Amino acid sequence: MTADEVVAELRSGMTIGIGGWGSRRKPMSLVRAILRSPLSDLTIVSYGGPDVGLLLAAGKVKRLVYGFVSLDSIPLEPHFQAARQAGAVEATEWDEGMLQWALYAASLRLPFLPTRAGLGSDVTRLDPDLRTVRSPYPDGEELLAVPALPLDAALIHLNRADAAGNAQFLGPDLYFDDLFAAAAARAYVSCERLVGTADLAAAGVASLRITRWMTAGVIESQNGAHFTSCAPDYDRDEAFQREYVAAAKDPARWKEFTERYLSGTEADYQRAVRAR
Amino acid sequence: MSVTRAEVCIAACADAWRGDGELLASPFGVIPSIGARLARATFAPDLMLSDGEAMLVTGDRAVEGWVPFRSVFDLAWAGRRHAMMMPSQLDRFGNMNISAIGADFAKPDRALIGMRGAPGNTACHPVSYWVPRHQARVFVPKVDVVSGIGYDKTPGPYGLCRVVTNLAVLDFGGPYHAMRLVSVHPGVAVAEVVANTGFDLVIAGEIPQTRSPDSDELRLIREVLDPRETRHREVPLG
Repeated sequence: MTADEVVAELRSGMTIGIGGWGSRRKPMSLVRAILRSPLSDLTIVSYGGPDVGLLLAAGKVKRLVYGFVSLDSIPLEPHFQAARQAGAVEATEWDEGMLQWALYAASLRLPFLPTRAGLGSDVTRLDPDLRTVRSPYPDGEELLAVPALPLDAALIHLNRADAAGNAQFLGPDLYFDDLFAAAAARAYVSCERLVGTADLAAAGVASLRITRWMTAGVIESQNGAHFTSCAPDYDRDEAFQREYVAAAKDPARWKEFTERYLSGTEADYQRAVRAR
Repeated sequence: MSVTRAEVCIAACADAWRGDGELLASPFGVIPSIGARLARATFAPDLMLSDGEAMLVTGDRAVEGWVPFRSVFDLAWAGRRHAMMMPSQLDRFGNMNISAIGADFAKPDRALIGMRGAPGNTACHPVSYWVPRHQARVFVPKVDVVSGIGYDKTPGPYGLCRVVTNLAVLDFGGPYHAMRLVSVHPGVAVAEVVANTGFDLVIAGEIPQTRSPDSDELRLIREVLDPRETRHREVPLG
């Protein structure tokens, strides 16, 4: 498959989960393919970084479900700030652990999972759909019932995968990619390098956390997480991230940025990045 | 060189983790990070420290454990963590905001990072706060968004331990857990703290000075933990 073929399987109005964390191992080539597509009115679920920023800037997002949006080394995401401050996106802002619980519940086909996180905070004031549940045991504790958040699709980027859709992370953290995949009706994996199945185990079986039953499609996308980090294949491109942030803060410069980097194919993007 | 304000702040942050035992110390900001490592190197050898990514490291940076974000969430909800977070707004009862500034959440004046783990952290484990610039726009009568829960909420926080700023140390030892002035840093007047706080602090009796790091702590800060003086970028000299 290609990134554009993956995106052709998505529909406007879908709920789409995006793996990674902040500005780390984001499926950016798939996000860039969405930018090129006619998709709109998406609900995006993410431990948000520039994936969220780019989709917001392109007007693709109706609703955002998130615990934070950050570029890590640059704490605040400029497009996210602009969209929120313009009231341009419906914001479902939860505790970041609630997001994990919602995906886990969906992956287990449970209606909810209980937690203390969110109780007493404005998470419950700002999202009046949230309900509590009382422990049926002698403690009788009242807990927040985090509703399952089933995804129509999930997009994740891993270091290695095989053609069948088994995939592995080689960096320090899987983040919540397995939960995004398992919570989704269809999960799509992009990977730095497509390898033979026999080559997967050599890097250690504990890193084989995405299994083919979770995934509906796989593409090879070298440097596909750029400009986010994809350890150990590459670090975050901090210079490019700074360029992105500077451009995002000024409409004229953002127009230049999109013309230079985001107006063509993924190959054009990678060429423009190399040509800096 | 005499003891700098930043160095006083580091020791005050370190003291937040005193007596915690085998908890994960999660400092946000430069000074709390040095403070956590100072605590571990001196009076709190059982503290667990992260490398900022996914590894638990010893004082001399040897990897002693793996804590991807999922494990950090587990540690948080299990109560095995003491975070020192940086609020954008903090009120008299310890409600804190890192989410958005402004009356209308749907269209805030300024969007911040988001709730992150603040609701769960404050509900489940000890939390302290670090404010590198003590000013009335941080210490507000009422936060715009409650990200971390304060003592006037039900259920209340697991435990808010202390607030360290560039001027003072505070805690929630006042009536009904109202914020109380514990000590002022050397060279700071109580009036300066009051003038930069947007609500009435509980001030009982004579307010002592915040302790200065001892000679062993100073040597560690200056020679081992922060030889490049990153601390003075967060709390400038003089």
